Amino acid sequence: MFILKKISEMLVTLLGITILSFLIIHLAPGKPTDILTDLNPKVTPEMRERLEKMYGLDKPVLVQYGMWLKRVVKLDFGESFSTDRRPVWDKIKEKIPITLIINILSLVLIFVVAVPIGIYSAVKRYSYFDKATTVFVFVGFAAPSFWIALLLMILFGVKLDLLPISGIRSLDHNDLTYFGKLLDYSSHLILPVFVSAIGGLAGISRYMRSGMLEVIRQDYITTAKAKGLTDKKVIYGHALRNALLPIITILGLSVPGLIGGSVIFEQIFGIPGMGRLFYQSVLGRDYSVVMGILTIGAILTLIGNLLADLGYSLADPRVRKT
Amino acid sequence: MKKSNIIFRRLKRNKLAIAGGLMVLGVFAISILAPVLSPYDPNEIDRYNILSGPSKLHLFGTDDLGRDVLSRMIYGSRISLLVGFVAVGISVLIGIMFGSIAGYYGGVLDRIIMRFVDIMLSIPAFFLILAVIAFVGPSIWNIMIVIGVTSWMGVARLVRAEFMSLRSREYVLSARSLGLSKFRIIARHMLPNSLAPVLVSAILGVAAAILVESGLSFLGLGVQPPTASWGNILTLGKANIEIAWWLSVYPGLAILITVLGYNLLGEGLRDAVDPRLWEDR
Repeated sequence: MFILKKISEMLVTLLGITILSFLIIHLAPGKPTDILTDLNPKVTPEMRERLEKMYGLDKPVLVQYGMWLKRVVKLDFGESFSTDRRPVWDKIKEKIPITLIINILSLVLIFVVAVPIGIYSAVKRYSYFDKATTVFVFVGFAAPSFWIALLLMILFGVKLDLLPISGIRSLDHNDLTYFGKLLDYSSHLILPVFVSAIGGLAGISRYMRSGMLEVIRQDYITTAKAKGLTDKKVIYGHALRNALLPIITILGLSVPGLIGGSVIFEQIFGIPGMGRLFYQSVLGRDYSVVMGILTIGAILTLIGNLLADLGYSLADPRVRKT
Repeated sequence: MKKSNIIFRRLKRNKLAIAGGLMVLGVFAISILAPVLSPYDPNEIDRYNILSGPSKLHLFGTDDLGRDVLSRMIYGSRISLLVGFVAVGISVLIGIMFGSIAGYYGGVLDRIIMRFVDIMLSIPAFFLILAVIAFVGPSIWNIMIVIGVTSWMGVARLVRAEFMSLRSREYVLSARSLGLSKFRIIARHMLPNSLAPVLVSAILGVAAAILVESGLSFLGLGVQPPTASWGNILTLGKANIEIAWWLSVYPGLAILITVLGYNLLGEGLRDAVDPRLWEDR
């Protein structure tokens, strides 16, 4: 019941997102056919009109949206306006895995590193460790991720020559053994994953710390301590579970930021993923691809939120009852 | 003592917040005094020093056209501040409008507005900003408007929550029974009492807007050359990453310090206005 309600709410949100994106993209000045016509002196106004009719651009925006929606339900996002004319879904489909892998790896990295840091700096409040992480948190929040990417590229790629700084495989990739290929991929992914995780690392460790501090003050923790339980039992048995609850929600909410951020770091590291495709499509005014990626991005975001809700209800039985 | 005095005194005792405030003021001073402080005209080309490293002649080096990086960074601070403040102004106005309507009226209006907020929060904002900027054309005004229009949701939620709790307070009820207009009750009696969290979120919002602008400029969809911005100097840093580290290091430091300043100030103010923390210190 709980899940069904969430999913139906999500569908309404998704519909709203696509309407909004569609309106914004189609009400912006310029037409996708401009790319085909503007640079071609032979194009007459009649030809222009015929072209617009062919793509249905002469109809009112809402009618166009209706037509778009009808096709999208069948996973048909139309064909790309760029010169290759490929179906949009095919173009996006092959870019999703790499973007998803990087984002999931960085979410894992965030969770595995930030949670222990947060716990430790809450337990050892005002220690040197706590102060050092506080500095890291503020710098991590304030530094643009693409700048950190540049610095790491200069340090590890140019000065130390340890890691590759562009693409996802080396030139000799195909000659490598299976294990060598895996190693090649991972050495290309280290910097992108780390860079996309920095903001989250800073944020989550901060939230974990303040959540833990909040929980430690509660009466039931005092009770647990008074019972004579060890500090370890109190922290990991009683406090952790409650301090983790908000983190689950925040991780879910951070998905759109991660996906949006993929434009920047895929562009920097030359990774052929969804973000880079989006950047190129936006510059080329490839409406159907832009619309397709906005929709897929929204779906991924909503899936992230749903997983967070599920995780929350697993951790906190009270939610399931309402 | 007046509440604002207490808040100010608590803020003054927070060393990090003071440091943040000084950074913010420093960047302000630099952007106002830009013509006095910059050693060169930001667009002046030194043909004999192209991509030359930091030296006595050019403290932070030169770019691929031989322009002085330090001077371009000094002028770039103006762009950051302008974008930060105007974008946040727009987002705060929109947020207050939606938040106060939702919080004051409740019911169906509230449900519609909050659903709209959810929708806006579920779109990867940077995708949307990028698409709109690419379609309407990158200019500093478009950037400020688009950042503002895509970042009001937090303020709307804050104002709504404050209004929900203020709505049934006695002074609001008595204002209503006196027959004051709804607009007057909202603008004169409820809004001033819910501004503290909005101010905190606005200060943090300036930091966020500066980061977004630098990202857009870095991708070439922000402030267009020859106008200098921290983000578009970094684009040159990326293009010349193997030979000119100074193009990457210094502008990023400027962004870091500025954003850090707003964040420290904002966080300090948040602690200062939070009554739950009042007895702690």
